[in-house]
Amino acid sequence: MIPAPLQEIVDDFGASPREMRLQMLLDYSRGLPELPERYRDRAGLEQVQECQTPFFLAVEIDDGQRVHLFFDAPPEAPTTRGYAGILAEGLEGATPTEILETPPDFYVTMGLAELISPLRLRGMGAILARIKRRVVELGGAG
Amino acid sequence: MPAERDPDPKLSEYSHPERLVTTAWLAEHLDDPGLVVAESDEDVLLYDTGHIPGAVKIDWHADLNDPVARDYVDPQAFADLMSAKGISRDTTIVFYGDNFNWWAAYALWVCSLFGHADVRLLDGGRQKWIEEGRPLTTEVPPRPRAQYPVVPRDDATIRAFKEDVLAHIGNGPLVDVRSPGEFNGELTHMPDYPQEGALRAGHVPTAANVPWRRAANEDGTFRSLAELQAIYRDEIGITDGDDIVTYCRIGERSSHTWFVLTHLLGLEKVRNYDGSWCEWGNAVRVPIERPGHPVRPA
Repeated sequence: MIPAPLQEIVDDFGASPREMRLQMLLDYSRGLPELPERYRDRAGLEQVQECQTPFFLAVEIDDGQRVHLFFDAPPEAPTTRGYAGILAEGLEGATPTEILETPPDFYVTMGLAELISPLRLRGMGAILARIKRRVVELGGAG
Repeated sequence: MPAERDPDPKLSEYSHPERLVTTAWLAEHLDDPGLVVAESDEDVLLYDTGHIPGAVKIDWHADLNDPVARDYVDPQAFADLMSAKGISRDTTIVFYGDNFNWWAAYALWVCSLFGHADVRLLDGGRQKWIEEGRPLTTEVPPRPRAQYPVVPRDDATIRAFKEDVLAHIGNGPLVDVRSPGEFNGELTHMPDYPQEGALRAGHVPTAANVPWRRAANEDGTFRSLAELQAIYRDEIGITDGDDIVTYCRIGERSSHTWFVLTHLLGLEKVRNYDGSWCEWGNAVRVPIERPGHPVRPA
């Protein structure tokens, strides 16, 4: 099941005309929150190798079992930044279980396939997969 | 009316210097009435974050490829695209883009399938323009619609299909421009890129491996004529009159090498196999060579 905030983003994209969708992705790219001070030098960030552009993420689970996500991608990789922006907004504060149950193909109804080549689009799934792995490693599954 | 030529001495060495412009020349010619600058990128959002003033965007995936079949747009769709971008049949198009001009070269090659006469690349592409501190804008230029004619696409002269490549084995140079790992069958995709769905790994028998990157300098510009000749003529033995086929994974990196062989070295019969490894590595019973194995099927 897709967490409600992420589902809302997916629905917004799906309901928008084709020309709007790239603009929306660009808005997410611009809106990607900056890294907090403790990650500024990228210490503690994990590089996602599946992305062809340098892309880093960190996952934290707080005492209340809520997941917090942190991303870093350069401005010259706006598509990757856009994916991160969507996941940052759509999954921030979710529980570990909600994240692990997010389907890997959650983005197929967003209507991005006609705008972005399959290769690039798969980057979104790669980032989600990496987030899930980190959640499991942090013991968030049990 | 086509724009004038960039007289830069480095470009003059090449066989077809009129196919390249320098960043300095372009900066002075952005307002030329017969010239349109077109950005084609790997990252399809990049244009929208800032582009060369006046440049239009041509999206390799959404604009140049057919939405259903794995093929390029048909003559009507191409004419519509060009008209919408304000490009006429006699317009000079200067392509540039990210990632060493891969997609710019690809877009240029597709325009060449339709016989657009004056197509050029910006030497060094987006990277060099930005590194030199030249201006970018997010403003999309209001270009008046043009009347581009519906012209046939010539799929024979500079494009090769799988059957052509099969017939080409043993009859002329094949240049595989992928990374050595892909060529040797250790990978079915580019290093650091996601797996792209080739079922078999290796290369087309008889192909020489010259990674596309060898034709480029660090700043994204093309290497000098002497350096290019050393690679393609001396090292792999290409000579004038050869019938040459280039390929990579989906035809974008090999467009870069196609440009080098055709326009910089002046070889007259070079075809780009756009099906490339994504087709060959999935096709049934085509011969594949991989180090340590005999060519199969024999």
